[in-house]
Amino acid sequence: MKLVTAIVKPFKVDDVKAALKALGVQGMTVSEAQGFGRQRGHTEVYRGAEYTVDFVPKVRVEVLVDDMDVDRTVDAIVTAARTDKIGDGKVWVSPIEDVTRIRTGERGPDAL
Amino acid sequence: MDSGNTAWVLTSAALVLFMTPGLAFFYAGMVRAKNVLGMLMQNFFSMGLVSVLWAVVAFSLAFGDGGAFIGNFDFVGLKDLADPDFQLPGYVGDLALTIPPLVFAAYQMMFAVITPALITGATADRMKFAAWVAFLGLWLVLVYAPVAHWVFSPTGWLFDRGALDFAGGTVVHINAGIAALVLVLVLGKRKGWPGEGMPPHNLPWTLLGTGILWFGWFGFNAGSALGANAVAAQAFMNTHLAAAAAMLSWLIVERLKDGHATTLGAASGAVAGLVAITPCAGFVSGMAPLVIGGAAGVLCYLAIQLKVKLGYDDSLDVVGVHLVGGIVGSVLLGLLADEAFGGLLFGGGSDLLVNQFIAVGATILFSGVLSFVIAKVVDLVIGLRVDDDAEDIGLDKSQHAEAAYNFGDIAMGRVGS
Repeated sequence: MKLVTAIVKPFKVDDVKAALKALGVQGMTVSEAQGFGRQRGHTEVYRGAEYTVDFVPKVRVEVLVDDMDVDRTVDAIVTAARTDKIGDGKVWVSPIEDVTRIRTGERGPDAL
Repeated sequence: MDSGNTAWVLTSAALVLFMTPGLAFFYAGMVRAKNVLGMLMQNFFSMGLVSVLWAVVAFSLAFGDGGAFIGNFDFVGLKDLADPDFQLPGYVGDLALTIPPLVFAAYQMMFAVITPALITGATADRMKFAAWVAFLGLWLVLVYAPVAHWVFSPTGWLFDRGALDFAGGTVVHINAGIAALVLVLVLGKRKGWPGEGMPPHNLPWTLLGTGILWFGWFGFNAGSALGANAVAAQAFMNTHLAAAAAMLSWLIVERLKDGHATTLGAASGAVAGLVAITPCAGFVSGMAPLVIGGAAGVLCYLAIQLKVKLGYDDSLDVVGVHLVGGIVGSVLLGLLADEAFGGLLFGGGSDLLVNQFIAVGATILFSGVLSFVIAKVVDLVIGLRVDDDAEDIGLDKSQHAEAAYNFGDIAMGRVGS
């Protein structure tokens, strides 16, 4: 099992959700996040005083998938979230040791 | 007694009272989320303490017959004011009031409430609530009441020598503005200023507050005619036009210098125009309010850039908007007052202009020195400033044990639904 984590532009979340649903993914978790990559931050000006805002709003999408579904999950997210402009975000994959469904106690791939 | 005039001044008193919550939200939108209640509270508290002090003693010190510099104790506890035909000292001949003195006292009370509240924008995020309470009470009695006497009471020395101030350019704005500057110098900068970003946490509130201030200002300025008449009509129109012109001129300079026309700029410009027209409201006409407002928008914008260069942390620009805007209006009045009031450009000679400078200078000197003394005394006895930890936590939690925003707070138990 793998955890696919994606950091995407907030207005791309709906597209990513639709793409993952189309793949048959059973669930996902999203959270609001802030950060910077090569895009860096931006500046805001209040009454002539300039502030640099380093952390840009993003959304973190997390999906647990079976090993064989990893590549197409990543591809689906990348295709859905891409705008070809700087700041589109990143997707990474991490190994998962075990998963338990709380309601039934099922473990491993059965819990996905 | 005239019932129409009485109705208008009663209405105006309520309009002016509404400006203080408007100011509270104007400021509270500009502070960080941890200091919102601290800011709102300092403003709302003025409605409590100042009103009580005003009725008990400060009205009498401002409008009693005590000579040129301060009133006396004749009207302590609103004594004698319940008689609708009683005339206050100096209000004789053309100046005779056509409203009950109790209405006048209530109307002036609302001015006394908002004037010290203006100062809270400068000292935002770092002043102890207890210190504010002490400063507020002392300042009202020792600074506001005498200056109101000089300028507003016909027995006051500035009124007597012919300095003009229709609704409080000196008494309200210069007075509070210089006190704000002095208090900020004694209090010191916010931790992290100017290096750390301290952007406004809720600009929509600031714009809402601006709208309430603008609305209430019709009571402030047109109400100062003390009657429902042609002077009130002129003051009403002037007030609105100056605010409009200042909003435009501020935005133009901002767009040229910083690249964008901002909502905070629109709000700030409108308030700068309202401040500058305050002393002039019933004394100018025609397109003069566009000149006064237009000048205020540009000059106040330039003035707020000074704090970073000079290194004083006037957090929400009370000095740049109220002190500078008040001076702009008071001085321009010397040039632009209608012929009947002696404006230099309308053939009145230089007498009025000289008097305006004297009124501005006297207010700055008196309020500046006394505000400094009061600030030092409060600092010695109570301590003006919260400690480092309290400043980091924010005034809401450290001073009032509350939080402005508890959205699904995990720490409080259940989250959301």
